[in-house]
Amino acid sequence: MEGTRSRSTAAPGVRYVVAASIALLLVAGCAAPGEESTPPAATSGPATEAPAETSASPSASAAASGPDCGTDPVELNAYFETGFDLPFKLSEEFTKQFPNVTWNISQDQFTNLMSSTPRLLSGDNPPDLIRLPSMVSLVEDGLLKNLDDYATAYGWDQWPAAQLAQNRVAEDGTRGSGSLYAMGLNYSLTGVFYNKEKAAALGMTAAPQTAADFDDLLAKAKDAGELPIMQWNATASGGGLAFPLQNLMAAYGPPEPINDWIFQKAGATIDTPSNLQAAEHLQRWVEAGYFPEDANAIEYTDANARFGKGEGVFMFNGDWQNAVYDTDLAGNVGFFVFPPLEAGGNLAAMSAPLTYGIATNAPNADCAAFFFNWVATNETARQIDVAVGGSNPGGPTDLAVPAAAEGSVTNETLSAGAEVAKDNGAMDFIANATGSIFAQGWTPELQKLVGGRQDAAGLLQAVQAQYEKELNR
Amino acid sequence: MTRAADEAGPSRAIASSPAQETRRRVTRRIPRTRGIRRQTLIGWAFVVPALVMYALFVLQPLALTVQYSLYRWDGVGPASFVGLSNYVTVLSEPRLLETLFNAFRLVLFFSLIPVGLGLVTASVIQRVAGGRLGTMSRTVLFLPQVIPLVAAGIIWGRLLSLPGLVNQGLAAIGLGDVTRAWLGDFDTALSAVGIIGIWVLLGFCTVLLLTGMAKIDAALYESARIDGAGWFAEFRAITVPSLRYEIGVCLTVTVIAALAAFDIVYVSTGGGPGGATAVPGIQIYILAFLERQVGLASALAVVLVLLVLLVILPIQRLTRERAL
Repeated sequence: MEGTRSRSTAAPGVRYVVAASIALLLVAGCAAPGEESTPPAATSGPATEAPAETSASPSASAAASGPDCGTDPVELNAYFETGFDLPFKLSEEFTKQFPNVTWNISQDQFTNLMSSTPRLLSGDNPPDLIRLPSMVSLVEDGLLKNLDDYATAYGWDQWPAAQLAQNRVAEDGTRGSGSLYAMGLNYSLTGVFYNKEKAAALGMTAAPQTAADFDDLLAKAKDAGELPIMQWNATASGGGLAFPLQNLMAAYGPPEPINDWIFQKAGATIDTPSNLQAAEHLQRWVEAGYFPEDANAIEYTDANARFGKGEGVFMFNGDWQNAVYDTDLAGNVGFFVFPPLEAGGNLAAMSAPLTYGIATNAPNADCAAFFFNWVATNETARQIDVAVGGSNPGGPTDLAVPAAAEGSVTNETLSAGAEVAKDNGAMDFIANATGSIFAQGWTPELQKLVGGRQDAAGLLQAVQAQYEKELNR
Repeated sequence: MTRAADEAGPSRAIASSPAQETRRRVTRRIPRTRGIRRQTLIGWAFVVPALVMYALFVLQPLALTVQYSLYRWDGVGPASFVGLSNYVTVLSEPRLLETLFNAFRLVLFFSLIPVGLGLVTASVIQRVAGGRLGTMSRTVLFLPQVIPLVAAGIIWGRLLSLPGLVNQGLAAIGLGDVTRAWLGDFDTALSAVGIIGIWVLLGFCTVLLLTGMAKIDAALYESARIDGAGWFAEFRAITVPSLRYEIGVCLTVTVIAALAAFDIVYVSTGGGPGGATAVPGIQIYILAFLERQVGLASALAVVLVLLVLLVILPIQRLTRERAL
C-alpha cells in the first residue's frame, strides 16, 4: 500500500517536472539574450562609489593618499596568465610585506583568458585583479572599474602621460584618452634580438643605424648560409610576422597614425601609403627567403627554442623573453630597436603595458588598486619587475630603474627603452586593435603572404576590411 | 517498494521477499485500466530523469542557440533583434562559406577513406589473421581511439613539422624534394589534417566492421567458395551487403566527426595557414569568444546542425531500408 501511495503521489510531480522543463524552454525562448543583466551605466556606479571609500580609508605610508589593504584579512581573487612568473612573484612579495593579504590565484593561457574574460568579469565572483586582453568592449559593457579616482588619490596622473594613455578609454569607445580602466605591472619593449656570435661573424660591430644597414646584414646572413630571421607564424601563436611589419611601418611613417588605428579613432586606416611601403618591404624579405620556409608551422615556443639552439641570426620579439634568452644563450644575445630609414631619425617601437584591471563589482578593489601603486613604487617590487619580468617598471620619473644582472640582455632593452621614450616612439601592438583582428586579420593574411598567396597591398586591404567589419558589428 | 529495498541494501531485499510476494498478488487484483495507467506512470518515472537532463542540456541549449542566432549580441551587453540577417551573412561571406566547404572536404578523409579502408582491413584480418595476431592488429588499430585527441594532435604536429620524423623518413628514401611543413603548407595542410583523421577513425571502423563480420553465416562463404568465388567476389557479394547496418553506423559517426570537427584541427593547425583548414567548429569558437559575435556564431552553428542532419538522415534511411 505504501508503495502504491508513493507512486501515485509521484505522478503529479512527474507532470510538474515535465511541465517545468517545457516552461523553462519557453521562458528561455522569450527573453532576449543579455536583457536580464543590463550592465551598470558607465557614468554611474564605480566612479561615484570610489571617493567615499577613498576618504574613509587610512592613508598608506608609501602612497600619497590612496586607500590601502587595511589590517583585516583580505583575500585577493586574481586571474594571472600561465607561463609568466612575474605576477606570481609580485604577489608573494606583496604578502610578505602585507601579511593580512592572501591570494586566490587562478591562471589560464592568454588566448583562453581572451575568450573568458567577459564571463569572469560579469560572473558571481568578479576578480579583484585580472590580466586583460583588449579592453574597449569590456569598458562598453561596464565590466571594468573606472580607476580615475585612484589615479588622483595615488598621484598616478603625475606620471609620464604616455604610460597610462594605452589604458584609457574615452566615452566614444576610443582608446588613448579618457578615463583610466587598467594599469600596467610593467612596460614591455619589442625590437630585434640577435645572436652576438653570428652577428659578429657577419661583420656587425654596432647596431644597424638605418633600415638599409639592416637589409645588408640580412643579405650577408643569407649568403653565409645562415637563417637571417627566426620568426614564428603559426596560427596557434598568431602571426609573428606582425612584429617586423609594425617595425617597418614605424620606420616608413610616424607612429601616431598607427596608434590612432589601434585606439579605434574615427576614420583611422591601416591601409596608408607609408604602411604599404612597409608591407612591400616585408614581402621582399619573404621572397628573399629571410624567414624560415616553414614559418607558418612554427609556434612561438618552437621559434624561441630554435633561436636558442643557434638557428637564426635575428629575431623580432619582446623583452618578456629576456630571462629565457639569458638562460639559453647566456651572454650571447643582444638587442636593438629597429632602426629608422635615415640615420638619426626618430626611433619607434611597440611598447605595451602588462595590463591588469579590476572588475566593476570586485569586493577588494581598494586593495587591488593599492597593489598597482605598490608594484610601481615599492623598491623591491620594481627590482622583481626588472629581474623576473625583464621590463621597465614605469611609475614616477623620480624613481630610478633598477639595474638587471651583469651580462643580461635586460640591460640592453632597458637602455633602448629610454631612447624610444625620448623620441616619444611608443606604439601599442597592431594585433591589439580589436578582439579578433589578430586571429581573423593579421595572422591569416600574413600566412598567405608567406605562402605567396597574398601581396602587400592585399594584406592591408584585407586587414582593414576585417577591422571595419568588427567595429560596425 | 523497490526504493525501500535499495536503501536497505541487498540483505534487506532478500528478507522482505515474502512481503513482496503478497503485494504482487494485491496488484494483480487491481482492475485492468488502473493497471495500464500505473504502468504508464512507471514508464514515465523511468523516462523523466533522462528527459529532464535531455531538455536541460540538449534541447534548451539548442533552442537558445536558435534564438541567439536571430540577435546581434556580444555575449554580455544588450542584444538587438536582427531577424535572419546573421544567416544571410553566413551564406554570403566567403570566409564563413569556405569553412563549410572544408568540412565537406574532410568527409573524404574522416569518413569515406576510413570506412572503405576499414572494410578491406577487417576482411583481411578476418581471413588471414585469426587468434592472437588478429587481437593484436585490432588493438593496434584501435589504439588511436584511446589516446586523447589533443595529445594525438600535438604528436602529429611534431611528426609533420619540417624537422619532423615524416620528413626525415622521406629524405632517407631519397624524397628530399617533397619535404615540407605539411601542416603549414597551403596545398597540403587540409590533407595532412585528414590523414590524422584517418589514423584516428580507421581503428573504430575496422573493429565495428569486424564485429559485424563475425555474425555473418560461415555457410554463405563456404557455398560461395564451392561455387569458385575468390576473395574479392566474396567481399563484394557477401561481406559488404551483410554489413549494411554496420557500414551505416560507421558512416554516421565519421561523417559527424568530419562536419563537426574541432579538436584535431584546433590542436594541429588552429585553422591555418591563412584559413586553409578553417572548419565551422573553429570559426564558431572564434566568432563567439574572440569576435564576440554570439548571434553570428549561433547562426553558423545552426547551419552546421542542419547540414549534418541533411547528410545523416539519408544515410540512416538507406541502411535501414536495405537491412530489411
